[in-house]
Order: sequence, then structure tokens, then C-alpha cells
Amino acid sequence: MHELSIAMSLIDAAQEEAAKRNVKVTGVCIKLGALSGVVKEALLASYEMAVCETPLEGSRLLVEEVPVMVRCAACQGDRPIRSLQFFCCDECGAPASEIVQGKELELVALEIE
Amino acid sequence: MEHEPRLVEVRRNILKQNDVTARALRERFREAGVFVVSLVSSPGSGKTAFLEKLLTLLGAECKVAALVGDLATENDAQRLARSGAPVKQIVTGTVCHLDAAMVESALQEWNLKDLDFLFIENVGNLVCPSSYDLGEDLRLVLSSVTEGEDKPLKYPTIFNSADVAVITKMDIAEAVEFDETAAVGNIHAVRPGMEIFEVSAKSGRGMDAFLDYLRGRALNVRAV
Repeated sequence: MHELSIAMSLIDAAQEEAAKRNVKVTGVCIKLGALSGVVKEALLASYEMAVCETPLEGSRLLVEEVPVMVRCAACQGDRPIRSLQFFCCDECGAPASEIVQGKELELVALEIE
Repeated sequence: MEHEPRLVEVRRNILKQNDVTARALRERFREAGVFVVSLVSSPGSGKTAFLEKLLTLLGAECKVAALVGDLATENDAQRLARSGAPVKQIVTGTVCHLDAAMVESALQEWNLKDLDFLFIENVGNLVCPSSYDLGEDLRLVLSSVTEGEDKPLKYPTIFNSADVAVITKMDIAEAVEFDETAAVGNIHAVRPGMEIFEVSAKSGRGMDAFLDYLRGRALNVRAV
């Protein structure tokens, strides 16, 4: 369970960006890849705890979940996989390990007043 | 009329600080000519026994050292020190993984130029270490025959954050009815083409093949 430390890093990052722009943050938007190693529900709960008594108190965390995409050498394209347990191109079924999307752990935007 | 929230685009990695530190470490490792290998696995899968064997075998021909992370105790560092290599314990307290800053601070007293190989044993955990870059050249994920064959299916993220898989405790594979075909199949299901080594620190099985691989990888990196 490392979501609390991730939430704290996120709050620090968001605070720094907000201070640079001199804005009041009401929401923090992130992208969370299916292979980021972070569980959405645990992160949401950790955020609520960690945000207390910071300048971001009262803000909400908005999570956009990003599915895994692999580069398929067989059918030449970026494709979804069958499942996290089965790294095969969802279109042609060829095994594929080159991940092009799904590891995101990224602050993408701030929602402001 | 409902008030539409305004959005300002930011775009930065949440673990930016860790990434910056890891990048600086990687640069230092490269300049010093040290090849850095990290080990992740669940608790009890044989990381320390495997590492002790590696330190002893590699230590006979070149300069090796290890950092070892645990929530508490210096037991692993004491065990690894028997190999004769410099070893430093990182006690994380309640933190379930190593991060780049912990590695950086543990390395303060060491001169990296004196080393050929540095090993970093992460805290026993198949979840949290996957999110943190430690600046290593190679990440190994270990799974022992006693853990069964389906660890990769349960923890696909860690297998996708590592470069190489090592199956440990092969000397007791038969006794625990380890299904090698299923295990290899499961690793390749979540990570097609992943390189796999089957080893036993106790009997020495597979250690030579792994050491050859390691020397080859280190040469490639140092040649760059």
C-alpha cells in the first residue's frame, strides 16, 4: 500500500503548479495507467486524508483510467490487450510486449475557481 | 446556469521527484562504470540467498557491493556481509518499497568508482516497488517454486516493470510439484519473450548461466 505516499507526492506537485500560476485549485485531474502499480480506490481514499490542512483542502481528485495498449508487430498498430493476464493483440492475437500506454501516473490538469 | 469549472493543463509525472533523482543516479552509475541490478520479489522467495551466492561468485573476480531494503532489522545485511562484499542495510520503517532518494542517501559513503557491480535488494513486496525507478540498469523479478506457478498472473505489473525473471529454489522443484511449463507459460502470458533463468542458490544450478548473462549485459552498458 504505497498510495498514501503517491497521494502526498501528487499534492506537492499540484500545489507547486498552483503556486506558479497563482490559482485556487478545486480539483486535480490525473491519468492512471492500468500498469502504474497504483490502485484507484486506495489513491482516492489516501488523497482525502493527505489533502487535509494543505492549501488544496476541499479539492477533489479526478482520475482518468488509462488502459494498456501494446505495439503489435504482427498487424502493425497500437492495440489494446486481451487482459492484464494475457498480453496479446486484441485484434490478431499475436503476443505483444512493447507497451505504448498504460504506465501513466501523471498530473494532467488543475480544475480552478 | 451551472458554473463550468476552468481547467489549466499541467502535464507532469506525479513521481517527478523520484524520476529526477533516479536519472541523476543512473548518470552517476554510468560515469563510475558500475552496473546496477535491483531485485524484487515477494517476502521469502529467496532474494537474499540468491544475492549472497551472486556476491560470493562475482566477488571472486570483480568488485561487488549490495544495498538491502527491509522494513526492520539488519539481518539481511549481516547475512550478505558473509560474502565479504560491502553491504549496507536500508531500514525503511513502515515504507513498503525503496525509492531513488533512499538509494542516493545510502550510497553517500561509497565511492562508486571502486565498484563493478552494485546490487539493490528491494523490500519483499510484489506491488509497490513497481512504481519507483531506482536508476538501475537491470531489474530482476524473482519467484520461487514454492510460490506456485500463477504469481505472474496475479502480479502482472511487477513482471512488466522488471527486465528479467528468475525462478528460485529449483533444487526443491520436484518435491513441491512445481509445474515448470505452466510457470514459464504464465510469465510469457503477461510478458511475451521475457528472459527467464531457473536457479538454485543452494545447489548452484543455473548460476553460471545467469552470471554469463550478467557479465554480457554489463559489458554492453560499459561499452556505451
